[in-house]
Amino acid sequence: MLKPDKPIDIDEILKDLDKYRPRRRGWTWRKRLKEGTKIGDYEYYQVSEDLKNSVPLPAAHYFGNIDPQPEVVITSEIASGRFEDDIRRMRMAAWHGADHIMVIRTLGQSHYDGLIEGTPEGVGGIPITRKQLRATRKALDLIEDEVGRPINFHSYVSGVAGPEIAVLFAEEGVNGAHQDPQYNVLYRGINPIRSFVDAAVAKKIMAWANMLQIDGAHNANASAKLAWTVMPELLVQHAINCMYSLKAGMKKEYIALSTVPPVVAPMPEFRYNLPYAVALRELFDGFKFRAQMNTRYIESDLFDATRIHVLNTLISRLTSADLQSTITPDEGRNVPWHVNSIRGVETAKHTLIALDGMKEYIKIDEQKIRERVRELKMRAILMLEEIIDMGGYFEALEAGMFVDNGYYPERIGDGIARKKDGEIAAGTVVPRESDYMAPVCEHFGYNNLPEKVEKPCDLIGGCTLHNPEKIQFIDELDETDNVNLRLEKVRDMKNRNVIKPEVEWFADGWIQLDMTFALPEELAEAAAITLCERLGLEEPAVISKTVLHPSEGTYLEIKARVPFEIEIDKLELPEKPETLPEEEIFEFVKNNPIHVVAGTVGNDEHSVGLREILDIKHGGIEKYGIKYTYLGTSVPPEKMIDAAIETGAKAILASMIITHNDVHVKNMKRLHELAIEKGIRDKILLIAGGTQIVNDLAIESGMDAGFGRGTKGVHVASFIVKKLKEKDK
Amino acid sequence: MKPRKDDFEVRSKHLQKMSDKELNEYFWHLVEKVVDPLIELARTHTSPSVERSVLLRMGFNSMESTKLVDMIFQKGLLGKGAGHIVWRIAREKNLDVLTAGRELIAGKYWEDVDRIFKGVKNDAKA
Repeated sequence: MLKPDKPIDIDEILKDLDKYRPRRRGWTWRKRLKEGTKIGDYEYYQVSEDLKNSVPLPAAHYFGNIDPQPEVVITSEIASGRFEDDIRRMRMAAWHGADHIMVIRTLGQSHYDGLIEGTPEGVGGIPITRKQLRATRKALDLIEDEVGRPINFHSYVSGVAGPEIAVLFAEEGVNGAHQDPQYNVLYRGINPIRSFVDAAVAKKIMAWANMLQIDGAHNANASAKLAWTVMPELLVQHAINCMYSLKAGMKKEYIALSTVPPVVAPMPEFRYNLPYAVALRELFDGFKFRAQMNTRYIESDLFDATRIHVLNTLISRLTSADLQSTITPDEGRNVPWHVNSIRGVETAKHTLIALDGMKEYIKIDEQKIRERVRELKMRAILMLEEIIDMGGYFEALEAGMFVDNGYYPERIGDGIARKKDGEIAAGTVVPRESDYMAPVCEHFGYNNLPEKVEKPCDLIGGCTLHNPEKIQFIDELDETDNVNLRLEKVRDMKNRNVIKPEVEWFADGWIQLDMTFALPEELAEAAAITLCERLGLEEPAVISKTVLHPSEGTYLEIKARVPFEIEIDKLELPEKPETLPEEEIFEFVKNNPIHVVAGTVGNDEHSVGLREILDIKHGGIEKYGIKYTYLGTSVPPEKMIDAAIETGAKAILASMIITHNDVHVKNMKRLHELAIEKGIRDKILLIAGGTQIVNDLAIESGMDAGFGRGTKGVHVASFIVKKLKEKDK
Repeated sequence: MKPRKDDFEVRSKHLQKMSDKELNEYFWHLVEKVVDPLIELARTHTSPSVERSVLLRMGFNSMESTKLVDMIFQKGLLGKGAGHIVWRIAREKNLDVLTAGRELIAGKYWEDVDRIFKGVKNDAKA
């Protein structure tokens, strides 16, 4: 069992792995709650069961810390290159609301003719191996218990080892996979015949395991120069894989289309994306929709990526989606970092919940959109007609029909052409002879089994699908590249109780800095690198920059490595505000009525935090019987002091969020001075609060106390009561 | 493909009068026509990866199945089914399939394989 306050123990995960069996097969959808279900004080229409443990959205603490979960499965892509670090990130993602964990494969695995074993390190993903899958599934089983929701584990059944990988996935409890022979052909340069022959066998095995299949059509989007021009072809590609999967034995409800809104602003994106989304959902009624955020146009700017993703998710809500897949907003600048995986998931969760039940109020005008929907379908139909005219799929492929940048029937002549008898692994497919036989279950295609065989694997006393104890587990094959060696560094740091920051791997030392220089782009970049060097940071690199103005300023984000370790034993923690037992506060206030005045000071309209400290509903000081006069927002310090005198207040609670030019410091000092001038300083407690307030600064500025982020009513009430008790003595 | 201008207006004349339902049905009809020969190809053919997947399901590990399929492919016998060959040898020699496969990897019984399988050569039509 995992404990929220303890990191996951990778050594424990690796123990007895040879004996671990996944506890279930197949895909799991979220358990949708009925429309109008209340979570906290609010009604929801498109939500699923709450999690046992989670991190809610940032503003949740204003709403009783609720964390409503959309009914749509949310994907997080994980691609660190080390599965032991992937597992840690999966746990983080699950707490934020991801229940579909998609593990990216290492560069080049699709050209590996066979299975990889052990736990070698990958590039931009991990080598998918039995040990890696089993360890990950074991960890996910623990994580799903911790969050209280099944987690779907996913990777790729592509490349030249598709059927074997499908068997491996079925055996190891992988719940979903990408499988699309067109992907191999177009983007991996694998022989078309090999790709289709392998795919049918792979799909049949996936069907047995109830894996959810996601196709690869969205890649046409990512590959085309102008993604909107491939919209008719996308319909064709989706359809080829869907029909092929049905014929290989998959059920419709386990076939998902991978769809991306094709274009982004500055194009008028919704006028293109919406008719496309509608045409797709009409043609593919009954199949599942995996809506992915667009990666095609992601630059290195995280905010821009996030804007795109929010609008993409709006399309999902206006039409439909069964899965919302998140792409990390940093995909355009590095291999995704932990925090950006989480940001991606939060963007999806936030948008889906924000748009909960929106179709009750907003509907697409079916008439207005009809013409464009029909046009898209017709263009796709025309493409299919021409493919058939040309002699079929392989002939069209050889001629360069696919991923042409023309808006079909327009052709530019720049399509990806692949030879039927060429490319990687050409000439490896052979006809099954009339006595061809395979003594195993779930085998697609011609199989000349002996007569009266009930189950094919009866011939061999059971296959691994029915007798998993027959599965052989290979631990490691490479003594110089495996998890045990990598973990030695982690164990050493844990023993010495030291830490470094990290973005991807445990204590990898990378940090990010951001800064603005009043310099043009190139000089600003050079200045930023120099700055990092002067700070003693290593390997500084600019990961993003924004021109604020050609000469006035450039904003830069830099990554660099920290060369030193932090000793955890020597860290000093700020003292936590002491709280009195609640009964003691109640008792004191009952016998010594307390009145306070409160408001936000100066030109500050941010009253939410202060209301939380005051209101009984939020566990504020009112709860303990303390009476208050709320003066409102933007209250001048003079007015605060006057009101305190008028009402005989024992304390002033001054809230200040705005800190420009240290205006908060000035206001604190002003309150202190005024209280002296008016002769009440010794009679009154001056208490400042706000997100940037720290106790030391407040005391330096003449306050009796300062309360920062995370303060609750009980902290303030405790302080007031304690001080008043001291005075009584 | 040769570059060509967008001739949608002309090319789509026969489609314009179709209802939405007819368009959808015609779309899927054409898709099936494209896919049918592909799935037939898969039904009647096999590949090294397909055969390795059979051996994996029979309980061989990835290294064993790779070696066996390489040997069988070299001999031009993949079209018989790698699992089939191992199963026949196991039955004939009264061994379990794993032992039979490992003996084949070690170079044994290939004369038996030739005797049983070489000669019969015709494509699956059934």
